[in-house]
Amino acid sequence: MPDGALPVLDVQDLKTVFRTRAGEVHAVNDVSFSLKPGELLGVVGESGSGKSVTMMSLLGLLPSPPADVRRGTVTFDGKDLLKVNQETLRSVRGGKIGFVFQDPMTSLNPVFTVGVQIMEPLRKHMGMNKKQAKARAQELLELVGIPDARRRLDDYPHQFSGGMRQRVMIAIALACDPQVLIADEPTTALDVTIQAQILELMKDLREKLGMAVIWITHDLGVIAGIADRVMVMYGGQVVEHAPVHELFSNPQHPYTRALLKTIPNIAGERAARLTIIEGQPPLMVGPPESCPFRNRCDVAFDRCAAENPPRYDVGDGHDAACFFDAKTGAPRDA
Amino acid sequence: MLDQGPKPLVSVNDLKMHFPIFAGLFRRRVGEVKAVDGVSFDVMEGETLGLVGESGCGKSTCGRAVLRLYDITSGTIEIDGREIGDTPQTDLREMRPTMQMVFQDPQASLNPRMTVEDIIKEPLDEHTKLTDAEKRAKVGELMDAVGLNRRFAKRYPHAFSGGQRQRIGIARALALNPKFIVCDEPIAALDVSIQAQVVNLLEDLQEQFGLTYLFISHDLSMVRHIATRVAVMYLGKVVELAPREALYAEPLHPYTKALLSAVPEPDPSLARKTERIILKGDVPSPSNPPQGCNFCTRCPSVMDICKQDEPAYREVSPGRFTACHLYNDFDNTADQTAGAEANKSVNKEKTQ
Repeated sequence: MPDGALPVLDVQDLKTVFRTRAGEVHAVNDVSFSLKPGELLGVVGESGSGKSVTMMSLLGLLPSPPADVRRGTVTFDGKDLLKVNQETLRSVRGGKIGFVFQDPMTSLNPVFTVGVQIMEPLRKHMGMNKKQAKARAQELLELVGIPDARRRLDDYPHQFSGGMRQRVMIAIALACDPQVLIADEPTTALDVTIQAQILELMKDLREKLGMAVIWITHDLGVIAGIADRVMVMYGGQVVEHAPVHELFSNPQHPYTRALLKTIPNIAGERAARLTIIEGQPPLMVGPPESCPFRNRCDVAFDRCAAENPPRYDVGDGHDAACFFDAKTGAPRDA
Repeated sequence: MLDQGPKPLVSVNDLKMHFPIFAGLFRRRVGEVKAVDGVSFDVMEGETLGLVGESGCGKSTCGRAVLRLYDITSGTIEIDGREIGDTPQTDLREMRPTMQMVFQDPQASLNPRMTVEDIIKEPLDEHTKLTDAEKRAKVGELMDAVGLNRRFAKRYPHAFSGGQRQRIGIARALALNPKFIVCDEPIAALDVSIQAQVVNLLEDLQEQFGLTYLFISHDLSMVRHIATRVAVMYLGKVVELAPREALYAEPLHPYTKALLSAVPEPDPSLARKTERIILKGDVPSPSNPPQGCNFCTRCPSVMDICKQDEPAYREVSPGRFTACHLYNDFDNTADQTAGAEANKSVNKEKTQ
């Protein structure tokens, strides 16, 4: 990955709030990241950590109200996606930015054939006629490894298995040669053997097409296998961000360290007892004025309750939002 | 716990659970879904038997059938010295306290209109003659045991998080001092950091109350942690059953190998080095399983015999059971190295 390359997507200080009866829920708090051409950025976090909401806010996919994308900039293709009109946004979505959702059954329309659904973005965004679109749709199904593609175009989603449906979703997302593909837990609903097939397919596609990918998951194992860089989210914030090898060998944030310890392994030493993270994730009602992880953290001290830590650069493209310096084993200077 | 001279608490023999398919104008029976098709295993007293497999392989149906939540098609189930395979449902009631279940989705398995106290108390109302005060004291004890605050007894399930709700479900299962609990994917709906809490709780309770678990899961790494022995299911049949260490170190059945190799490795350097066995295609339909071995349509080391004869499920080395034609040369008396040799020959075939 050329280090100096201009990012295809650059997000700065994104903040999204949901207005609810219980008060304002701060789902995304000052999230910043950038995506370089051809790179795969993994986003990990538990449910409710804000990973999906972040991606949906930057494409304007959240219904407002209750959602309110309060501030931030999302630079893509020389434009700020938070400021452009609906029409431009529509041409970006499904065009230059493709999206693959978690559940392939609910994101495909059951009453249209798969062919019609793949042809839709081709006709809308690329201005193809029916014949061209059909030929391209067949090509796409072949690309994602669906056998007998020509005949399968006339099948309905329910005639496909879970893994095959997810391949169809990927084909739709790839239809307009996107520069960025956002995949939101694309393998979570699938079985391990099918997940392995999809991961393998994704590696091939990246080699062939060279697009940049944002891969959202809660499975650190998946991230270890495919990502170039990883962003760990907790309580609506980025708590750690590092190249993949660096993150796994040298985790700096207490949450990342705890997370790596809680997963049992299928090889190597078997722990007699699993390490657990005590407590529950934060509720995120009200603006974050302290570290969201402090109540479950084993190195928290008084400053963590008084201030929300910024992301400290720890070198090698690695940063962590923690007042405690894991390298020196002491609190950072105030 | 293994040294106690293992005695089976649960013995399942040739269990079949077929669901009929009706079609046409007259709703005629046109076939059947063979969800569980001839499964045999023992669960020893005090152990955890892990039951793993992909979705649709019949593992949940198997768990429910063992507790006779279904009327089974055929086979025998012996729990705690009593045959319950053909017992009518009304006569099963008195057996229910010994065998309980923890369900996958704590959201769906708790009545939203009952308080936590009522939920945990319900089995006591049904099966015991305790006074109300005694029941309430028991509920308090149970809430302590699963790590729930007694003060929340009057709250409703919606006020609890997923992990806490699963604890309520566990407390309810424990209420009647059962010996045997079927845990049907108890952690699948929870976040990773909460999963570990629930698994540790299940282990503590096992030790405290001497429980025996049938732990159904698709998470192979979690099963490696909790199970004493592991059974692998594919399309309604157990294809391999072995002690935990042996199964993970040296899987015999090609399906087990593929399944283990598909588990993502949470270590980037290892994850990129390991050569994965990628299975082609999908699981065939259980209403129309292939001829011969059920796995022959996807097996990387398939032979001609696999497409004709169904492999017998048998012990290939002490404590290790598998149903695969690759191990036909090894009879019951084969020593433990047999598995290893067969393993080598499989690997050779793969590289060719």
